[in-house]
Amino acid sequence: MVKIEAIIRPERVNQVVQALEDIGCKGFHFVNVTGQGQQQGVEVFTGRGATTTSRSSLPKTLLVTVVKDDQKDSVVEAIIESARSGNIGDGKIFVSSVGEVIRVRTGDRNEDAL
Amino acid sequence: MDSGHTAWVLVASAFVFLMTPGLAFFYGGLVRAKNLVNTIMLSFMSIAVVSIIWVLWGYTLSFSDGGPLQRWVGGLSEFGLSGISTDANDGYSILAFVAFQMMFAIITPALITGALVERFKISTYLVFLLLWITLVYAPICHWVWGGGWLSDLGALDFAGGTVIHINAGVAAVAAAFLLGKRRNPGRQPNNVPYVVLGAAILWFGWFGFNAGSQLAADGIASSAFLVTNTAAATAALTWGVVSQIKNGKMGAVGVATGAVAGLVAITPAAGFVGIYGALAIGLGAGVLCFFAVDLINSTGLDDALDVFAVHGIGGIWGAIATGIFAVEAIGGTAGLIEGNWEQVLIQFYAVAATLVYSGIVTLVILKILDLIPGLGLRASESDENIGLDISQHGEQASVDDGAD
Repeated sequence: MVKIEAIIRPERVNQVVQALEDIGCKGFHFVNVTGQGQQQGVEVFTGRGATTTSRSSLPKTLLVTVVKDDQKDSVVEAIIESARSGNIGDGKIFVSSVGEVIRVRTGDRNEDAL
Repeated sequence: MDSGHTAWVLVASAFVFLMTPGLAFFYGGLVRAKNLVNTIMLSFMSIAVVSIIWVLWGYTLSFSDGGPLQRWVGGLSEFGLSGISTDANDGYSILAFVAFQMMFAIITPALITGALVERFKISTYLVFLLLWITLVYAPICHWVWGGGWLSDLGALDFAGGTVIHINAGVAAVAAAFLLGKRRNPGRQPNNVPYVVLGAAILWFGWFGFNAGSQLAADGIASSAFLVTNTAAATAALTWGVVSQIKNGKMGAVGVATGAVAGLVAITPAAGFVGIYGALAIGLGAGVLCFFAVDLINSTGLDDALDVFAVHGIGGIWGAIATGIFAVEAIGGTAGLIEGNWEQVLIQFYAVAATLVYSGIVTLVILKILDLIPGLGLRASESDENIGLDISQHGEQASVDDGAD
């Protein structure tokens, strides 16, 4: 079982969700994050409009899903296709192993819980 | 007693009352989220404390006859409003006047809190309110409106440019000077919509502040209403344009601040100037206060919410501009544009006297409070880091961390 964590553009969340549902991946969660990478930040006013500061950290969305090993490639592909714009700032996907998965309602374990 | 005048004064009082909660949010939106409740509390506690002080000794010190001290301060003959009957009137009910003036007394120390935010001890603040209203606000109010020496001199202050704004502005400088800088000042306002809504409520309330100061439902009040709006709009637009030229963008906070600066500047002038004067005053406020923000910041003084740049500089410009643009046909006194240069000089005296008295006495009050064991001015370093909302009030402005 693998955990797929995708940092994507917030404006792409709806497309990514749709793409995941289309390939049968219906379990995931996402949260707003702030961070920075290659994409340049923005200038924001520090107060009244007289001075600005550079806010290099930008809002992104972190989408997390845990899937079976054999679904990994299709999920990653779906995310990339729906989230990619071609510009710097499209994000990154991290894949890691998951030790155990348990469904709260029934106690099902591992592959049965996915 | 004229029911129209009394009704207007009462309504105007309620308008001005609303300005203090409006200020609470105008300031609240500008600080970091962890200090939002505290910032709002500073304004609200002013309402609570000053309301009581005013009807006990605040009003009488400001407006009653001080006997031998009449040039400087009133007396205590009307302590607890004793002797003011429900029939007492000057066209409008005197009790309505007490209420109206109370709202001015409430908002003035609340203005100062803009320099105190994110690090001032709330317990010390409550004591400060009591001392400041008694020793600074009441005397200055008496000088200008209570039959004191500035009104003898002929200083023009229609609705409180000196009494409220220059007063609060210089007191803020004294406070920021003693308090020291915030340890990790925030970089962005936590809630821009609060700032704009707060400014809008201030603008709304200011119609009561300025037009109400005529103490009559008449043509001068109506003129004051119009010039108030004109100056606010001009200053807001000016600030936006200057920001656009300087930074390539105009922000909502800037435009809202510009409006407030314009409102501050027109305050002493509202019943004395016409439309062209209002346009000029708004333009001047938008430019002067804009650059004053940066200027004050460059001195290293942490006047956190630019109280002196907006209320101090705005009030000083407004006071001088009143002497320049006053039109005799409107308010009874001619200004520089009608050939009377002496009024500008008188305005300078009023400005200087307020700056000196308020600055020094506020400094002394705060220094004494700092030295009293158990009080002190600043919250502890850990309190400041956690945020005053939790450390001083046990509250959070909003709970968005997943807790139920």
